[in-house]
Amino acid sequence: MKPCAFEYLAPGSVPEVMDLLQQYGDQAKILAGGQSLVPIMNFRLARPEVLIDINGLKELAYIREEADELVIGALTRERELELAPLVRLKCPLLPEAISHIGHPTIRNRGTIGGSLAHGDPSAEIPIAIYALDGTIRTLGPDGESAFKPEEFFLTYLTTCLEPSQIVMEVTVPVLPDGTGWSFVELSRRSGDFAIVAVATVLFMDDNGACTEARICMGGVASTPVRAKAAEDILSGQILSDALVAEAGRLAVEATDPESDYHASADYRRAMTEILVRKALRRAWEKTRGGK
Amino acid sequence: MAGRRPIKVKVNGIEYEGYVEPRKLLVDFLREDLELIGTHTGCEHGVCGACTVLFNGKSVRSCLMFAVQADGADIMTIEGLSDGKTLHPIQEAFREHHGLQCGYCTPGMLLTSYELLQENPAPTEDEVKTAVSGVLCRCTGYKQIVDSVMAAADAMRK
Repeated sequence: MKPCAFEYLAPGSVPEVMDLLQQYGDQAKILAGGQSLVPIMNFRLARPEVLIDINGLKELAYIREEADELVIGALTRERELELAPLVRLKCPLLPEAISHIGHPTIRNRGTIGGSLAHGDPSAEIPIAIYALDGTIRTLGPDGESAFKPEEFFLTYLTTCLEPSQIVMEVTVPVLPDGTGWSFVELSRRSGDFAIVAVATVLFMDDNGACTEARICMGGVASTPVRAKAAEDILSGQILSDALVAEAGRLAVEATDPESDYHASADYRRAMTEILVRKALRRAWEKTRGGK
Repeated sequence: MAGRRPIKVKVNGIEYEGYVEPRKLLVDFLREDLELIGTHTGCEHGVCGACTVLFNGKSVRSCLMFAVQADGADIMTIEGLSDGKTLHPIQEAFREHHGLQCGYCTPGMLLTSYELLQENPAPTEDEVKTAVSGVLCRCTGYKQIVDSVMAAADAMRK
């Protein structure tokens, strides 16, 4: 299993990347961490004629806090995000989600921008960024653009990125103290792809009512999806076991799973209900001071 | 061959220079060009961990990198773990606790354990299990591997 031959280019700056993408268009692929691209090249499912290696662009790897947001460069490695004290403190949902990606060795190479651009519907980073209502900033020949997750992911392994655009940066809001969050995942073995994964965020007011709930699910449709109906019945309410159970039932309606050799569609629906309830309970517990 | 590119790479402290086709995987460069055959080729798609090496100090799957990407890098393979005379404490612990049977996954197990113990000299059993879960062993059932890494951690702290 060896990849097809390709031309290898390692530009030294972002403008050079832009020029090369203009020149080669959809013949070229960007090589970031390579943890998804290289396997599919080894299988010859992907046969790019040109590989543009951006690993030399250290200026794309950073984690900063600006106002009430974390600003993360596209080339930031998953392992770095997982361990960074700033991220663990300000946006703990993200490291928790990342801890489910493959194994530490995979996370040493995999990047946040690469995972988003790859657009796997069961991948952890897209699910987490959607639950966090993050923003994906891109650069192309027409300049910078910013996308919300609901517009960025189109279908299986397909985003709205044009061949001449790259992901530059991701921003996620800092979670206020007292916010509930969780990331739960079902997979056959530790490190395997998610059969179903659920991320939740619960914003609370001083009286203990939930002002806004976000529930994002992966592995159950062609993109990560939000369980809007379930979110709506929680928002503005004092949470209860009955509400959480109802949210689990409603969440299933937002899914459109397919059967594959990992799990049937029915199994994915059944597990969605259970995982959403579990994720909500875990997030709710955090709003009550549990860690 | 057209399109071959020069690379310069340090492996186990020794500088190598070579010409590689861009599509050559790092694991194949190590085994075929440098004849360092301790790094094993397994699944070739990043699942089994047999080809794990340390790339600038961090573990990577060498089947998921191209050799051309290693230009300027500092790599450690299993051949670099001991000085060639005495076993590294991790190797000694694997020998003592029967942490291998067929040995195919062992280079990946040892380098993964090495990275873990550099970052976390006193891991819990659960932390060891999480670390080595990324390397597939079909012989041991992992019990002896976990015992070996725990024993190595003890030995290295002394």
